[in-house]
Amino acid sequence: MALLEVSHLQVKLQTDRGPALAVRDVSFSLDRSDTLGLVGESGCGKSMTAMAIMGLLPEQAELAGSIRLDGQELISQGEDEMSRIRGNRIGMIFQEPMTALNPVHTIGDQVAEPLRLHRGVSAAHARKQAIALLDRVGIADAARRIDAYPHQFSGGQRQRVTIAMALACGPDLLIADEPTTALDVTVQKQILELLAGLVAERGMALMLISHDLGVVAQNVARTLVMYGGSVVESGPTESVFAHRMHPYTLGLFAARPALRSKKTERLATIPGTVPELADLPSGCPFAGRCCFTIAECHATVPPPYELEPGHQARCIRLEAVAAARSASAPAVDHPGREQAQ
Amino acid sequence: MKRAFRNASFAIGAVLSIALVAVAALSLIWTPHSPYEVNMAAKLLPPDASHWLGTDPYGRDIVSLLLVGARASIVVGMVAVGIGLIVGAALGLLASARRGWAEELIMRIADFGFAFPAILSAIMLTAVFGPGMVNAIIAIGIYNIPTFARITRASANAVWSREFVLAARACGKGAFSITMEHVLPNIASVLIVQATIRFAIAILAEAALSYLGLGTQPPQPSWGRMLSEAQSLMFQAPMLAVYPGFAIALAVLGLNLLGDGLRDRFDPRLARRR
Repeated sequence: MALLEVSHLQVKLQTDRGPALAVRDVSFSLDRSDTLGLVGESGCGKSMTAMAIMGLLPEQAELAGSIRLDGQELISQGEDEMSRIRGNRIGMIFQEPMTALNPVHTIGDQVAEPLRLHRGVSAAHARKQAIALLDRVGIADAARRIDAYPHQFSGGQRQRVTIAMALACGPDLLIADEPTTALDVTVQKQILELLAGLVAERGMALMLISHDLGVVAQNVARTLVMYGGSVVESGPTESVFAHRMHPYTLGLFAARPALRSKKTERLATIPGTVPELADLPSGCPFAGRCCFTIAECHATVPPPYELEPGHQARCIRLEAVAAARSASAPAVDHPGREQAQ
Repeated sequence: MKRAFRNASFAIGAVLSIALVAVAALSLIWTPHSPYEVNMAAKLLPPDASHWLGTDPYGRDIVSLLLVGARASIVVGMVAVGIGLIVGAALGLLASARRGWAEELIMRIADFGFAFPAILSAIMLTAVFGPGMVNAIIAIGIYNIPTFARITRASANAVWSREFVLAARACGKGAFSITMEHVLPNIASVLIVQATIRFAIAILAEAALSYLGLGTQPPQPSWGRMLSEAQSLMFQAPMLAVYPGFAIALAVLGLNLLGDGLRDRFDPRLARRR
């Protein structure tokens, strides 16, 4: 049994423009020591999926489907039971390390907090563990700096502190929602290396949410590409990045700036704009912006087609996409490799 | 330069506030004369060695009246602000933590409270329950509740939308402990500043109610009553109004400066530069 099994997850939000499906029919599973990346642009439902797993959706959100942690259904759990799971079995780190720490408490207190809450350990013991955690995440001179306040740390250090907080109780699953978006590139690399090291040493599962293809390429074993609340393509990262079966994935890659491109060259864009969730078309969510669209695309949401084992795409025009791509063959390059150069 | 100024104003505020308390405490054990001793033969005396600031139209010693009057101001300020702060902050925090209909209900009741001018609601209360210091305190305290409730809710809502609250929820904390450990410490500075300002306003309100005859009753001295008694003799003995007026002004100034200084000290981002 997988550690986390999400099947047919659906999140319905009430917006000013009527009900909107923020997450539609998302399914995936994640094992211990496994890493999963969620990519997509803003508003594609990646954070909503994470929040649904944490049970931290806005109150008026309606959930359907199933989220199982070690076989235990989370969707039907009450607030009390979810509080026991959050921070204990599932840890989460956020995008903005500048605001994810409370300015009025010392970092030591904040790192020790989950331990005291879930494990009921004594203040002295929690402090000792907090020092060890801070040391592990790379805060130099942790024993001395434990009584410092968040404003005395840099952005990268603060993100390390929030990672220590999320790891305090040794969670089975760590959800990182854009953990490096607010950091500069060198710090970004260090934080991602830290996360990779922690995943390897603790055997926990990592769910990495990012809009940065390069970050996902280098850090997760499997990738889910999301658009308009649904997973349009999923599979092993290598395979998704090499084959790009869905037109949206193809568009995302085409829109990346390449190191070799000339200054005068304009970046390719995906035509149109992301539709408002409340106005999503009934068929394929990407149909309005896709250059392969045929009449059938607007009829129903396409089912996932499996082209290779474990690699699926929700598109009825996969053959046409593949044909078009092989016609313009030289475009195949691996973004991970390119980032590394 | 700016910091030196800030520290100086904090020091002045602290000294004035401590002086207010000290004067009130002193009056419990010693006053130059009895503030209740009426001596018509010695009325409206100019300042001299025995009566440092002279006497009022009933021959009472003004220094003694001021000392004892400070007591009324402090009691009124502390209790009225205490009522407003405790009840108002609790309601505001509840509204912010629960949101939804609870928030609506609490805030609409607060709006209802705001619809009545302070003095009017105090007059209504004292009219129903009779004039007197206790009723004046309760009236001022009740008037303070909506102010504190509204300020608490607004600042608490801002804290609730911060990411560290989300992080705390992701750590498995419940609404109550988030309120106590994350929200309250982050809005404490706002509440403290507000409390010192409301303290000053409460002293003024007590003075106003006493001036109208609805607050402290004779023969109990209060700065507000001294002002109202001085009014009829404005042209014969103007200093009678100046003394209590000056006392009120100093107390209010001291409390406001103290509030500002405290806010700076409570904020770790500002405190670090000490």
